[in-house]
Amino acid sequence: MKSYFIIALSFLLFSCLTEDSEEFKFTLPSHFPQPEYDFSKNKITKEGFELGRKLFYDGILSRDGSVSCGSCHIQSSAFTHHGHDVSHGIDDLLGDRNTPAVMNVAWSPTLFWDGGVHDLDLFAISPIENPVEMDDKLSNVLDKLRGHKDYPNLFKKAFGSSEITTDHFLKALSQFQLRLISANSRYDQFLLGDQNILNQEEKNGLKLFEKNCATCHAGVLFTDFSFRNNGIKHFGDLGRARITLQEEDEYKFKVPSLRNVAITAPFMHDGRFYSLEAVLNHYIDQITPSKNLDPLLKNKINLSESDKKSIISFLQTLTDKEFITNRQFSEQ
Amino acid sequence: MKKIVFQILVLSGIMISISSCTKELDENILGSLELEFENLYDGQRLVLNSQTYKNAMGEEHTVSQFDYFISNIKLTKENGEVFIVPQKESYFIVKHNDPASQKFTISGIPQGKYTNIKYLIGVDSMRNTMDVSERTGALDVGGAAQGMYWSWNSGYIFLKMEGTSPAAPLNQTTGQRGFRFHIGGFGGLNSKTINNIKEITLTAEDPFTVKENKTPHAHIFVDASKVMNGKTNVSIATNHTTMFNPFSVNVADNYTAMFKLDHFH
Repeated sequence: MKSYFIIALSFLLFSCLTEDSEEFKFTLPSHFPQPEYDFSKNKITKEGFELGRKLFYDGILSRDGSVSCGSCHIQSSAFTHHGHDVSHGIDDLLGDRNTPAVMNVAWSPTLFWDGGVHDLDLFAISPIENPVEMDDKLSNVLDKLRGHKDYPNLFKKAFGSSEITTDHFLKALSQFQLRLISANSRYDQFLLGDQNILNQEEKNGLKLFEKNCATCHAGVLFTDFSFRNNGIKHFGDLGRARITLQEEDEYKFKVPSLRNVAITAPFMHDGRFYSLEAVLNHYIDQITPSKNLDPLLKNKINLSESDKKSIISFLQTLTDKEFITNRQFSEQ
Repeated sequence: MKKIVFQILVLSGIMISISSCTKELDENILGSLELEFENLYDGQRLVLNSQTYKNAMGEEHTVSQFDYFISNIKLTKENGEVFIVPQKESYFIVKHNDPASQKFTISGIPQGKYTNIKYLIGVDSMRNTMDVSERTGALDVGGAAQGMYWSWNSGYIFLKMEGTSPAAPLNQTTGQRGFRFHIGGFGGLNSKTINNIKEITLTAEDPFTVKENKTPHAHIFVDASKVMNGKTNVSIATNHTTMFNPFSVNVADNYTAMFKLDHFH
């Protein structure tokens, strides 16, 4: 009787495991271009992903344990800090830029609004060490993890060694973030052949979008990843020039993706616009001439009230419900 | 005629002895070189915090931190041949508050007579853009290189000098008048920006011999006062916070003059 039970149990376990790895299968979306990230240097495994997720949601990455990556990158808002113009960090201190979405990062050639980091694997050091975000030191965080009751074992499972190195720590975080792929919005289903999934107004919006917005918010990722001055009033943040120190880069910021845009307000690098209407109004009649204003914006974008409504309807089709509710991506 | 034959004999004798001399230093046998970086200020050992110094602008100040990267070491022989220390073993951070970091040994050097020591102050652009798995030892951003790396603008800090000065403005939070020189910039990955990587060439007065059983010890003096004094005399009052900005180029130019190969022992 006892042995039957064990056999049954092991079947159960086995089926759980296979089911899990089925679920874990990692494929890149067929309608996306080749990713920028070099997956050969960091093969995604279930254990690595799960370790990355645990780290992402663990306040141990901050000085006093109060702030995790997930504090400002909230899944239900496509991993942004919904409602906050600029990020709120440790001791309720304020950053100076709006929290970008952690989404489709495998395709992003640079990170941050100013593109200051060129490799996802080197990204996490910045929020960890930023005095207004997590305010710790990477070496100290690694020491805390080394002394933790669970982490050395989790690193061993993920990387074959319980020694917690800078490399493995950062790559575990990358593994989690690389899987945060949003590619299943209604618009994606439309692209993949379901012509009826968008209604007429949304289709009109798509046409207007392609005509007026898609030069910069280009392609299936809705950004060309360039840095541009989009004509907002500037208050001293030099944007890309902080990184390059070149005058020709002053006031330029990275063109953000518009996937899940309807749930990631507020908008712009400093979160100044709280609605999509406000953003469209900006492009229609509030462009402010300044140094390096993008030439594409020197002529007004003409959109009627009904055009605006259509574009906003279309932008709402970019919301990916699966992405924002997928339990795999949530704190466990 | 006899005289000429004699001269030829003498000459060939000398040549044989010369060649046998070089033969003694078989290049296939490897030796080592020890480098010591001794930080000074105006000809005296640099003392952190408690000693007051004065820069060329007449500004009194202390120094609380003085750290820099030495990398990509190359040794040039008398005959012009260059030995390049293998990349992986060629990165060091000299920290003034860590005496152990001020001396290190390069091994695997072919025996021979050398005249030049070359190195970079800073980290080459390759290593600034390399995969994190390659960043070990002195380049470990979560280890030895903690504090010598800009995370928001990926790149190593090549030299860091901090201190206090009555000439610096009062920081309301810390209540201190501090200055900070964090010099870096490898030229950018995709877009052009400042490049503060500097190569230093130190020439020995007399060639030094690297032999299997004899490790020469090169004693390099580093005059920290040169960070602020030189082609551009830096004013703490105006440039108290010089980090990733165009002015940093002047500071980097200044400190290229701070190294002196003083003697061997």
